[in-house]
Amino acid sequence: MDPRDAMDRRDLAWYVDRVAQALVFVGGISAIIFILGIFVFVTKEGLDFVLGSLNLGEFFTSIAWRPTSNNPTYGALALMVGTASVTGFAMLFSVPLSLGAALYIGEFATGKTREALKILVEMLAAIPSVVWGFVGMSIMNPLIIETFDVPVGLGVLNAGLILGLMAAPIMTTIAEDALKAVPDTYREAAEALGATRWEVILKVVIPASKNGLLAAVLLGVGRGFGETMAVLMASGHAINLPTSPFDSVRALTATIAAELGDTVYGSSHYGALFTLGIFLFLVTFIVNLTADVVVRGIRKK
Amino acid sequence: MFTATTLNRRSYRTQNVARAVFFLMTVTLVIPVLIIIGTLVVKGGPAISWEFLFTEPRDGMTAGGIFPALVGTVWLVAVALLASVPVGVAAALYLSEYAPDNLLTRTINLAIINLAGVPSIVHALFGVGAFVLFFNIGASILAASLTLAVMTLPVVIVATRESLQAVPQAFREACWNMGATRWQTIRKVVLPNSISGILTGVILEVSRTSGETAPIMFTGAAAFVAFLPASVFDQTMAMSYHLYYIATQQTGVPEEIPFGVALVLISIVLMMNAISIAFRVYLRGLKKW
Amino acid sequence: MVDGLPASATAGVLAAATTAGGVASPLYGEPPIIEVRDLTISYDGQPALRDISLDIFRHEIFGIIGPANSGKTSFLRTLNRMDGFNPGMDVRGSIRLNGKDINDWRNVYALRSRIGVVFPLPVGLPLTVYDNVAFSPRLRGIRRKADLDEVVERCLTRAALWDEVKDRLDSLGSLLSGGQQQRLTIARALSQEPELLLLDEFSIAVDPVTTMRIEDVLRELRSELTIVLVTNLVQQARRLADRTAFFLMGEMVDIGATEDLFEGRVRDERTTGYIEGRFG
Repeated sequence: MDPRDAMDRRDLAWYVDRVAQALVFVGGISAIIFILGIFVFVTKEGLDFVLGSLNLGEFFTSIAWRPTSNNPTYGALALMVGTASVTGFAMLFSVPLSLGAALYIGEFATGKTREALKILVEMLAAIPSVVWGFVGMSIMNPLIIETFDVPVGLGVLNAGLILGLMAAPIMTTIAEDALKAVPDTYREAAEALGATRWEVILKVVIPASKNGLLAAVLLGVGRGFGETMAVLMASGHAINLPTSPFDSVRALTATIAAELGDTVYGSSHYGALFTLGIFLFLVTFIVNLTADVVVRGIRKK
Repeated sequence: MFTATTLNRRSYRTQNVARAVFFLMTVTLVIPVLIIIGTLVVKGGPAISWEFLFTEPRDGMTAGGIFPALVGTVWLVAVALLASVPVGVAAALYLSEYAPDNLLTRTINLAIINLAGVPSIVHALFGVGAFVLFFNIGASILAASLTLAVMTLPVVIVATRESLQAVPQAFREACWNMGATRWQTIRKVVLPNSISGILTGVILEVSRTSGETAPIMFTGAAAFVAFLPASVFDQTMAMSYHLYYIATQQTGVPEEIPFGVALVLISIVLMMNAISIAFRVYLRGLKKW
Repeated sequence: MVDGLPASATAGVLAAATTAGGVASPLYGEPPIIEVRDLTISYDGQPALRDISLDIFRHEIFGIIGPANSGKTSFLRTLNRMDGFNPGMDVRGSIRLNGKDINDWRNVYALRSRIGVVFPLPVGLPLTVYDNVAFSPRLRGIRRKADLDEVVERCLTRAALWDEVKDRLDSLGSLLSGGQQQRLTIARALSQEPELLLLDEFSIAVDPVTTMRIEDVLRELRSELTIVLVTNLVQQARRLADRTAFFLMGEMVDIGATEDLFEGRVRDERTTGYIEGRFG
């Protein structure tokens, strides 16, 4: 037998490798632990309220969010409508603009222009939400009041515009990725048949990447839905079912941010805010899951 | 036969119109950034002074500077990085170097997407429920930083995983063939060649973390603390929360102060972003294989 | 019992190790270094190699020829258990190294460190030339600068690369030319002090002159170690190999002394067909 068969023993390097593998594995599953942890701990604090004072009918159909009244009611409808109206308004202009920007950056722009636009989009994404909120209050607010001659400039329009700009980078980036995923051979084949660039985009690129574009929109919606500080500061934060873009509204996220500091630990108000948190968590979870399934759909093809 | 037909000409015109429209759409999206930065500079610029940056707020925050908030943000970001970078890099190493294509890996990826997608205020609730109450850390820099760390973990994981995967597989196989363990391969070849990409991601995380407000509101940020933090168990002021507070909760603050705070905050964030972008461009030019 | 030994060996003339002109002859009389039995490799259920049994002897150059997708590379990868890194790759049968089943090794890294591998495409690691060659010695715990210097110079010299790189040992190995990187890969394999060297179509990315130089090196190395040479160039097998096996579509069609195969003494007509270039 070869004397070097003695080498077949588990040396330090072997054990170090094992330990490293175990540590790295813990890091790997940490994301799962944290997402479960978020669900568990938010639910834990909200559970008393959910099992006790929560009236589901009231929660989903009443607009009376009066947590501090002597006879508190927890109707979240106005908050949901507030979130939906601001997010909806944001998407109304942000989806077409973002997809258009993705098409321009991905399919038309070249060289320096392309780099510059991408950097600007990144800067858009980098602005902190509290700064956006401040912009809404101090720049947009007077602008809206003056332009439309309305008494208050904080509302659906203001928050929607801010939110649309905030959600645009993620939509642009994901949509551009989806466009990039369309193989160049498709484009070349269509161009060889005499199609213009625009015809290629319209008839080949967009159909081939529509799942990715849909995922981009979903992630944008999720982003808008979950935004807190900017909406809190720019929406006017008034409980209201809006009838015009100038009406003030209050969002789910903003309600938690504005009220949690004033609640007593363990009170029903405290529990109600955590219940809003559970609701937000579940909705964003479903939106993200759907986006992931949609994206996975393209990868399979 | 090859002359432009009417049809042909029309389709080229359509193409040019489409290009112009998409260009305008892009510009519409990015112009506000420039307007915002410009306005902040014009209106906040006059507030910036040596005194503004390096003294405490005075007279119910209607005068004075932002020094405690600046220091607090540095604390928060530093502790958050200490917590999230090791975990994030480990997670990325697992996903890039070890993970088989199975249900667990898909679940991890889904968890990362969700971690990035969960609203920041829900992260704040988690921070309150887990760190402040359950682990009984109390509202402090530590609790706030851990909340920030969990929230920005996906940034580190995604950036690190990308730069690890940019290292060609052939390099790993060459090491394995020589009898190197996976860990030796990672340490001697994979990490040294992706460390700059990881750094880019970390800088980006600094940028993200320093601007976050909601996650720290109830976990450790305070409107006013008279002293600078001495340990991670202290509460602290922070730039982002300070801006929120003086813009919404405090009356009688002269206009240039919140503008000045916003300008300093956005400068920090954009500077970090610029460094990250410059780093990336530099790396692209640096060919090692 | 053993397939395809040269006539001289079976006649017992060269039963023991003899050395002529510094080049050892294969040790056909001693137990083989590699024994492969009933080896079947499949990827996701699709067989890539079926039922291979063969022996490889110490100090021989064992050639494997055959067209693309014949299972040659899969065979090499299983010899040092690199199959573990290919999910979906399934290996059945047994492979023994020095009489010990390679799956019985408790430390697979120690197994791999004894087997040098050279790929079809050269891989200079993104380390300095010096660190490329010192990589394996350092894994073995060699730390002294003088010892490392000695290994680096010896291995680079053997791989016919020393003269070209001795003045820039601190430049990146991954930025050398293709031919230089391939010789660097060989130097790295030699730095493992392997008893078995696996070469997988090493000349694909190398110019003819360098190929010839490497072939000379391989002939010299035969006195120190055993070489398995997978090649798509039948003439290369003819120049180098003591024995040659012909793989075709996952089957070992033929195995024998190289001179027998090339002079038409084959078991299967397809072997002659391939060697003469009628298909490939």
